[in-house]
Amino acid sequence: MFIIKDEDVELLINDLLEIHGYDFTNYSKASLKRRISNLFITDRFPSFAEFRYKVRTDNDYLLRFVEQVTVNVTEMFRDPLFYKTLREEVIPNLAARPIIRIWHAGCSTGEEVYSMAILLKEANLLHKSLLYATDINPSVLEKMRKGIFPLSQMKQYSENYHTSGGTSSLSDYYTAQYEWAIFNKSLGEKIVISTHNLVSDSSFNEFQLIVCRNVLIYFDKDLQNKVFRLFDQSLETLGYLALGSKETIKFSSITAHYRQLGNKEKIWRKV
Amino acid sequence: MEKSVVPFADELLIIGGSAGSLDVLLQVLPELRVPVSKAIIIVVHRKNINDLILTELLSAKTTVPVKEAEEKDPIQQNIIYIVPPDYHLLIENDKTFSLDVSEKVNYSRPSIDVTFSSAAEVFGNKLTCILLSGANADGVEGLKAAKRNGGTIIVQHPDSAEIPYMPLQAIKAIEADYVLNDEELKDYFARLNV
Repeated sequence: MFIIKDEDVELLINDLLEIHGYDFTNYSKASLKRRISNLFITDRFPSFAEFRYKVRTDNDYLLRFVEQVTVNVTEMFRDPLFYKTLREEVIPNLAARPIIRIWHAGCSTGEEVYSMAILLKEANLLHKSLLYATDINPSVLEKMRKGIFPLSQMKQYSENYHTSGGTSSLSDYYTAQYEWAIFNKSLGEKIVISTHNLVSDSSFNEFQLIVCRNVLIYFDKDLQNKVFRLFDQSLETLGYLALGSKETIKFSSITAHYRQLGNKEKIWRKV
Repeated sequence: MEKSVVPFADELLIIGGSAGSLDVLLQVLPELRVPVSKAIIIVVHRKNINDLILTELLSAKTTVPVKEAEEKDPIQQNIIYIVPPDYHLLIENDKTFSLDVSEKVNYSRPSIDVTFSSAAEVFGNKLTCILLSGANADGVEGLKAAKRNGGTIIVQHPDSAEIPYMPLQAIKAIEADYVLNDEELKDYFARLNV
């Protein structure tokens, strides 16, 4: 299954950093190796040397490479009980703000950003919210910009939506056309889309809520700590940090001034 | 980081299964008694509900500590790790866990193939893989990888499997070191005790 060797992965990581400025040094090697191997097989390269040459020299292929070796699996209202907690315990505490700024870091194709927009809409807060959606991959952001998701997923998303405490119908928010669900323009209007690399880019605003889910599991401890510091710098006092279901700030350097909400969801408040 | 007194595991046993595998686990785990010199990982397909029911169910059956595998946990002997629902489990060269939410493999997350293959790279001939009852072929590619890297392959005897499809696919694809019925599986687990 793993045709690519550890040494090959190191060579590619060096190339990416030296030639293209993408720093994968502190990424989980097991996942990188698996995904690089799969890409090598899918794209039918006759040898590693040719694969490497393509990554080094072909900028279009580089984009494909980065998109394929990073994980872009996401869904609407992923972990519905997490969204229920946002809906019931977090968003009401943001309601008094004149402007609500939320950062979705590593948002991939944006299903969770649209989910947040729906929560805000239902709380009557979307009109004064700004959702900053960032990812390392320009191509996934292009997909989000359209606000169009596969119709085949909507049954699952609709279940998630209702479990998260949604009382309307998810289909109120989109128009079905062929195999696509086209989400209402009004949801997308408050989403600000931009590339941002958590490894190398700095803080760009101050937020009341930062959502970064299933991104940090691909980083080693050092990089996780670096990103936690970036989030800490970007979060207002009393702001919230929301992570994936298997991620924690518990062992990080910022843990001292964060308090986890009173259930098992991975949401912390800066105190 | 807190210091741990439990040593890293030299040897790893991974049990993969799908439909019909839970009953086998409930039968064989009582045979295990602390201390077990290997680390044990259990990868079973189930609905992606985020709960700890499986961990609790299996804990009740053995004196060996059972816990859900967490990212960056060092793999330690004498612990049974359960792969959390909706994540793949990979193993780093430094014998720690990585969780991964990438695409399903064989319609499954966690996928048995992913964990078998990843462990094969790191543990080589110190790896034993057991494939149990199930209705799809997840695990077979992983067994091939384990075999290539010198690991030991055990497959539940199809006649004793509730759903024989998965063991049958495995036996067709590779030469298993052992094909064991339920009683023989129990014996195997009893012999893991130090």
